[in-house]
Amino acid sequence: MSHWIIAPVLLPGLLAAFIVLAARFHRDIQRTVSLGGAVALLVISLALFVNASDGTLTLYQLGDWAAPFGIVLVADRLSTTMLLLTSVLSLSVLMYAIGTNWDERGRHFHALFQFQLMGINGAFLTGDVFNLFVFFEVLLIASYGLMIHGGGAKRMKAGTQYVLYNLLGSTLFLFALGTIYAETGTLNMADLAQRVAAISPDESSGIRVAAVLLIIVFGIKAAIAPVHFWLPSSYSEAPGPVAALFAIMTKVGAYAILRIYTLVFPADAPLFEGLHGAWLMPLGLVGLVIGMIGVLGAWKLDRLIAFSVIGSMGMVTIAISIFTEAGITAGLYYIVHSTLATAALFMIADFVLTHRGGAGLRLYASTPIRGNAMLAGLFFAAAIAMTGLPPLSGFIGKLLILDAAYSTDLVVWAWAAILGSSLVAVVGFARAGTIVFWKSRQIAGEMQDDPRSEQDNVDSKPDYPSAPLKALPLVAIGGLVALIGVHTALAGPATAFFRATAQQLQSPEPYISVVLDTEGKEIKEGGNALGYKKDDHSGEEGALAGEDAAEEPAVEEGGN
Amino acid sequence: MELIVASAVGVLTAAGLYLVTRLRTFPVIIGVALLTYAVNVFLFASGRLTVGAAPILRDGMENYADPLPQALVLTAIVISFGMTAVVVVIALGAYLAGDDDRVNDAADHLDTTRVGGKEAGQ
Repeated sequence: MSHWIIAPVLLPGLLAAFIVLAARFHRDIQRTVSLGGAVALLVISLALFVNASDGTLTLYQLGDWAAPFGIVLVADRLSTTMLLLTSVLSLSVLMYAIGTNWDERGRHFHALFQFQLMGINGAFLTGDVFNLFVFFEVLLIASYGLMIHGGGAKRMKAGTQYVLYNLLGSTLFLFALGTIYAETGTLNMADLAQRVAAISPDESSGIRVAAVLLIIVFGIKAAIAPVHFWLPSSYSEAPGPVAALFAIMTKVGAYAILRIYTLVFPADAPLFEGLHGAWLMPLGLVGLVIGMIGVLGAWKLDRLIAFSVIGSMGMVTIAISIFTEAGITAGLYYIVHSTLATAALFMIADFVLTHRGGAGLRLYASTPIRGNAMLAGLFFAAAIAMTGLPPLSGFIGKLLILDAAYSTDLVVWAWAAILGSSLVAVVGFARAGTIVFWKSRQIAGEMQDDPRSEQDNVDSKPDYPSAPLKALPLVAIGGLVALIGVHTALAGPATAFFRATAQQLQSPEPYISVVLDTEGKEIKEGGNALGYKKDDHSGEEGALAGEDAAEEPAVEEGGN
Repeated sequence: MELIVASAVGVLTAAGLYLVTRLRTFPVIIGVALLTYAVNVFLFASGRLTVGAAPILRDGMENYADPLPQALVLTAIVISFGMTAVVVVIALGAYLAGDDDRVNDAADHLDTTRVGGKEAGQ
């Protein structure tokens, strides 16, 4: 059994521990270790991606315990794609954070960053719902630390809101898991898929409640309306590179919806008629409209980008909620695109903040920005991608979603919302870009009440002399923008790959059989080697796990 | 016993949600803590309520308590304990930094006056 699949979880965890314990006070060691880890993670994810790209399902049984009893990690096309996206993003964010010295504003940036990667990678790989909860908590608790990195009153307040909102989400997650366990007696995704399919419609009230609770939880993570309220303040007050990393966090929610609601709670099953299959699409439309109106009404550049995240998550929700092959393909393409575009925009905004006068990121005319032309060019490219104008990938993504939405009942609403909101977004981004990059003028004695602009102000802070633009952050931003270009240029192969991914998601039988039929370790007791019986725990309606387990002689403790 | 456990979960959840809507950090944190207690009891009960059952599978034992929810509850307790500690620290930091313990954004947060009015007039 290949152990590489657990490396994306273990490596960041070990590096984080090393950084906290051994390199606490050594900036350069932290940076080297962290960057090296990110590069290694990229290589590993790329290898896993290539390995899974032909449709191979790789199973990893932790401790060699067989599936419904032990925790499993599963690498298929979807999870390795998300892994690769995460590692690309993390490398670029790390370069930016190091290049701008963001990581020096608190001692534990790199450790928290690695812990966050561990949580995200684990959430993408795990094949167990409770384990998914645990990895959610790992990535959340690291994100709480990163969110308030650097301090400041507004950031602390936004951090409090963020933590409390997510604590409520976690509580709801546990309620959902408790309900699922009470109804099915298992928490393994593949096992759940079989048992949920075997539940008779008369006894389905509990599992339907669980399905709805769970989608609310994932909706909170993915910032789907109406549970998106935590996002604008959190993302706009978070440090720039952290906000860029958070671009993948909303996608964790989208990933979880894709995984659970194709495998365990398929929308087209009669059991779940009128639940998420019916409601997700309208909520996505509402989210899209809210986000783009927010873009138009935002008074600060970072809030504008945060609202565009809500809008793009609305787009992703629309695409996913179609639950057809075309819909999932379009959704996956858009997920990759919007992660890159969001991260690039947040890093550009942070760079603007560092090089603009006292106005910070507020949208009114202020002092000219050093390196205006290059930053404006990058912002222009990223904004084109984000709003979905041709020729960049946002356009292709929206086209795919429009096409996929053609098969649904809500096609008129979807087209109207997507096209209308695109126009609104174009206006919003054009307004912001014009004010920030073109309408500059000198203002003497600018008042500063934003904690970040106090820290970052070029004019008042001696640590930041009027130096030329640093290269590393620009490389990081430029790299992301270039990746958007690559994502556009390779749209054909990419959509073909995502179509294969969607097919893999829509026919989960191989997934289930790989997870459940792989033998685990054998327990030797009194000289007898007893293997697990693999066929006596499926299809028993409403059976308690305990009753099943009682038939298993293999899990007995020794020495009785 | 079912009635007692169910009403305990219900009362804890209701009290927790009420406190969360208070929108001041201290009641909200207490409310979240009550919610986590509620969910812990709920998780515990998800393995069915049994009295006097063996704690773990043994030879010849027909009736035993489901050990998995106990493991889940232990995990959930540890996580919620850690999370509560984190939120207390962050909320305290926010209170000390901003001299304000409201959870929601204040009405003057939006700072719109500077966009159109004073600054644009210069």
